[in-house]
Amino acid sequence: MIEGVSIYEILTLTTTVFFIGVYGFVTRKNLMAMLISIELILNSAAINFVVVNKYLFPAKMDGDIFSIFIIAIAAGETALALAIIINLYRLIMSVKTKDLETMKH
Amino acid sequence: MDILSLFVTVPILTVIVLMFAKGKKQYRVVALVGFIIQTLMSFNLIYQYLHVRALGDKSIMVFTKDLLWFAPMNIHYAIGVDGISVLMIVLTSVIVLAGIFISWDVDDLPKEFFISLIVLATGVFGFFISVDLFTLFLFYELAVIPMYLLIGIWGSGPREYASMKLTLMLMGASAVLLIGILGLYFHSAPNGGPHTFNIFEIAKLNLPVGVQRLFFPFIFVGFGTISALFPFHTWSPDGHSSAPTAVSMLHAGVLMKMGGYGIFRIAMYLMPQGTHFWTNFFLVLAITGVVYGAFAAIKQTDLKYINAYSSVSHLGLVLVGLLMINQIAWKGAMLQTLSHGFTTALLFALIGVVYGRTHTRIISKMSGLLVFIPVIGILFVLAGLANLGLPGFSGFVSEMNIFVGAFQHADTFHRIITILAASSIVITAVYILRVVGKIMMGPTMKEYANLPGITWYEKTGTYILMIFIVLIGTLPFWFGNILSDSIRPFIERL
Amino acid sequence: MDLSYTVLILIIPLFVFLLLGLFFRRIKAPLSGYIGVAGLTVTSLISFFVAFEYFFKIGMVDGAYQKIVAFKFVWLHFTSTMSISIGVMLDPLSAVMLIVVPLVSWMVHIYSLGYMKGDRGFTRFYAFLSLFTFSMLGLVLASNLFEIYIFWELVGVSSYSLIGFYYEKPSAVLAAKKAFIVTRFADLGFLIGLLILSYYAKTFDFVNLTSLTFIHNLSGIGTTFIGLSVITWALILIFVGGAGKSAMFPLHIWLPDAMEGPTPVSALIHAATMVVAGVFLVARLFPLYYFIEGGIALDVVTVVGTFTILFAAIIAITQHDIKRVLAFSTISQIGYMMLALGISKYEGPEGLGYMAAMFHLFTHAMFKALLFLGAGSIIHSVHSNYMQDMGGLRKYMPITHITFLIAALAISGIPPFAGFFSKDAILAAAFEHHKVVWFTGWFVAGLTAFYMFRLYFRIFWWNDPKYEHTPHESPKSMTIPLMVLAFMAAFSGFIPFSHFVSPDYVPFSEHMEWGLAGASVGIGLVGIILAWILYKKENDLSTRFALAFGLFYKWAYHKFYIDELYMFVTKEIIFKHISAPFAWFDRHVVDGTMNGIGNSTVWISEKIKGLQSGRVQDYAMYFVSGATVISMILWFLIK
Repeated sequence: MIEGVSIYEILTLTTTVFFIGVYGFVTRKNLMAMLISIELILNSAAINFVVVNKYLFPAKMDGDIFSIFIIAIAAGETALALAIIINLYRLIMSVKTKDLETMKH
Repeated sequence: MDILSLFVTVPILTVIVLMFAKGKKQYRVVALVGFIIQTLMSFNLIYQYLHVRALGDKSIMVFTKDLLWFAPMNIHYAIGVDGISVLMIVLTSVIVLAGIFISWDVDDLPKEFFISLIVLATGVFGFFISVDLFTLFLFYELAVIPMYLLIGIWGSGPREYASMKLTLMLMGASAVLLIGILGLYFHSAPNGGPHTFNIFEIAKLNLPVGVQRLFFPFIFVGFGTISALFPFHTWSPDGHSSAPTAVSMLHAGVLMKMGGYGIFRIAMYLMPQGTHFWTNFFLVLAITGVVYGAFAAIKQTDLKYINAYSSVSHLGLVLVGLLMINQIAWKGAMLQTLSHGFTTALLFALIGVVYGRTHTRIISKMSGLLVFIPVIGILFVLAGLANLGLPGFSGFVSEMNIFVGAFQHADTFHRIITILAASSIVITAVYILRVVGKIMMGPTMKEYANLPGITWYEKTGTYILMIFIVLIGTLPFWFGNILSDSIRPFIERL
Repeated sequence: MDLSYTVLILIIPLFVFLLLGLFFRRIKAPLSGYIGVAGLTVTSLISFFVAFEYFFKIGMVDGAYQKIVAFKFVWLHFTSTMSISIGVMLDPLSAVMLIVVPLVSWMVHIYSLGYMKGDRGFTRFYAFLSLFTFSMLGLVLASNLFEIYIFWELVGVSSYSLIGFYYEKPSAVLAAKKAFIVTRFADLGFLIGLLILSYYAKTFDFVNLTSLTFIHNLSGIGTTFIGLSVITWALILIFVGGAGKSAMFPLHIWLPDAMEGPTPVSALIHAATMVVAGVFLVARLFPLYYFIEGGIALDVVTVVGTFTILFAAIIAITQHDIKRVLAFSTISQIGYMMLALGISKYEGPEGLGYMAAMFHLFTHAMFKALLFLGAGSIIHSVHSNYMQDMGGLRKYMPITHITFLIAALAISGIPPFAGFFSKDAILAAAFEHHKVVWFTGWFVAGLTAFYMFRLYFRIFWWNDPKYEHTPHESPKSMTIPLMVLAFMAAFSGFIPFSHFVSPDYVPFSEHMEWGLAGASVGIGLVGIILAWILYKKENDLSTRFALAFGLFYKWAYHKFYIDELYMFVTKEIIFKHISAPFAWFDRHVVDGTMNGIGNSTVWISEKIKGLQSGRVQDYAMYFVSGATVISMILWFLIK
């Protein structure tokens, strides 16, 4: 419980971050930017876990554990994605999504 | 193994043997032997059938057998035959046999060709012996699918288009048909208990009028499409013209017959009130097909198109006969089914034989062939005359039955329909004589001077069909009796 | 007495046909002819024997001839009363035909041995002749209306195959097709009429159909249609079938073209036997025609017959092809038979017209077959059908000349030849019943004499043209039939026909009306003399004569443009404006709809396949917007 800060304010913050992430994911043309957007989404979710756990079930630790999982997975995912992106960049000298459409053909 | 199940097992065995056969010669011999056995079995079936009837068996279906196949939906492998199905089985085996003779010389993937052909025949046999709606539908689909391969692989001209169109239209019709069948199924247990697919179980309970009126058109259109009911006939000219000869024969001679048979056995038998409700509507469609097919045939230039439109016209007569709902017309419709089967198969066979020599099917490019290929020419003229309903050939007998039956309705509507139907015999004469006059008669053309004569297998194939056409045409009382006995229980329901 | 042996009359020609037809490549030229002639000899002898037995031994019971069903076999069963049976019925009509058909056919068989010698299709020819003889005999012996229809179609097809005998000649093919289609169109009328009739009568059997009590019951029932009872319509439709086969106006167009066939065929089918089938049919159903609704249907027969005699005779005058002259002459003479039936009454001597029609049928068969066979003999030696290529033939072909002259005198109605008696009976009957009909008949008798003797003088007198080969008399096999038929044409008029044939089957005695006979002989002689003046020697009188008629001559020469009218209707209207649009409609509208359904599937999938772009961002977009929409909906619902 944080004094002077209600759950609504924190949730508003995480929702905003989440939608910024979604917006970024949908609109960015650059794979790096999309990756950052995904990070934003994941982080907003991680904060939500912690906050909701803190406010509703202060005696338990489930939410905290979940957020640690998220951070770990996010790190792994980022590493993987970065590896793919770097390889792509070596291959086609670009990280723009529209240059990657040749893959579907 | 009972006498009827043999009809679906022997072809399967033939297919299995074919798989192990090697070389073109072996393939065709295996296929031929398989179908000679099949044909002999069908003759034996007629004999056995008449024997059973002579012993006084009055039940609708004989040689019945019922095996539970899929319990949760109460699907049975239920089989049985009456006089109509017996004759249809004979028709099928004879036409397939003739088709094997005609395609004796197929060079392209002969093994697969014969396998597809026999699988198709299996479906047709199964269709004619089933009395369980689901099994019947299954066999029906089994007969339709190989058609896609047969036309798509061995066809000519725009074969992909034609086979696609044919299959899609028939599949669409099957979907409609399936709705009808399921409609019957889900109304087959009004007092609770398991639903049933068995035709005669459903026939025992009188379905509510609303149900009959609702599902009759589904089944009628579903089966009508395969027997070229106007306006769902357009797959037929394209399909026939692209198909290889034997497939055209089978298709026009046998597959299209399933439509009339299904309408008669399922739509009309199970839904008498629905029939009465919809008769006039479908009568108009059927008569349109008769006149329209005949007129359209006049203008065609491709032999196969002419014959395809002629089929639309003649099968329209089958539907007209069925919709007239009386014993004479029904007998006529059934005879017309048989007659058209043999006649069209013969015509398609001969068109294939002529095409194999002249390499064209356009009538204006041929002339005076009778001089160079006399036997084929004479057979062609005879087949044409049979098609236009000359006495002595099967067409006359069946058409007269339909007309006499149709004339038993004295109201103006039916009179007009009947007179229109009768007028088709004149139009038929016009297009048949046009073809015969153009390609067989007339001045001879030099490029055809050295056409090879008829080969033994072509001869055998066409003679078999010709014999049956003449048999029906000269002994109609014999065929008529078999049919009338079987039609009676059906007419009593309407 | 067992009469079932009469069925042999049908079986023998059928057997010969099957034998020659199935083995047409094995049985070589002269042998097949001998088989045909032998078969027909036996058939003829049996037929003559049966006819004789019928007329003098078994036919007459209580002063009236009976209908005897000698053989019957149910062929196709419809209902308990309606069935098609194949049977043999003997009555005066069929007994007369049992003399006419086999006799002419026999002669033609013998004649063809010479005429068709060396033809490639010799065996085929004899096969078809046998088929025709079988069908024609079946037609006349039929015991059942449907049986007539069956054989009616069979004679149609044998006529088709014989007209198209020289199938490499386009004109022959066209003529055969035309003959078949025109008669089949007429047959449609016959079929519909027959079906209507049988629907009300519930039977096809002649024994029932023509019995008076039955007709009486029948005349009350049935609805009316345009003022006439439906049975009258049925009878008119049946007459349409008869008119088609008998080449009555306006269905006559096929007969002149049918002359493309070999000449013996023209003699047998298109002069003596098949073309009188229509007359036979009306005579067969005469009680129905006469009693139903006061004989309105019979009036139609009279009008058509009367118009046809005049119409055909005028055309016959203008033609140059000798076979066509004879063809139009046939049409005209059959018109006489039709009108005689039309004006006939039923009982006793009142039935003179009916008797006269059958009498004329008999004599006409003899002299017209003779004329055609004579023409065949001429064509055989001159190798041309056109009278411009002929002239002065009397020196070269004496037997043909004399027999042709006898036939010409017979058809012109000059006593004591056969045509005089029969035509006189027709005119006498007409005079009694309808003066206009009589006058037309009388006038046409003059025209007949004129066109026949125009033909005769033009062929046998006139001047010799330059023959490439000197014409010669035909061989024995051809001249003997000519002589036999000449004998019949000369003397068959003395047969007391009214003792054998009458509508109520009771014999009556006929009295010669000498005044009327004199009038018709007079006009006949006028016609002959006119022909003598115009055509005895080469001159240009006839051309000037034709010019005097101007436009009318031109019309008549072109057969009043009836063929052109038919061509217009079939080619322009039916082909261009019915068939072609139907075919177009099918390909473009019906099939177009089906293809359209197929194509629309492709089109729609083409349009929506963009959704499946493969871009994760798009999917995320859809996912988010979908989730948003759903949560909005849930939001509003819960609220």
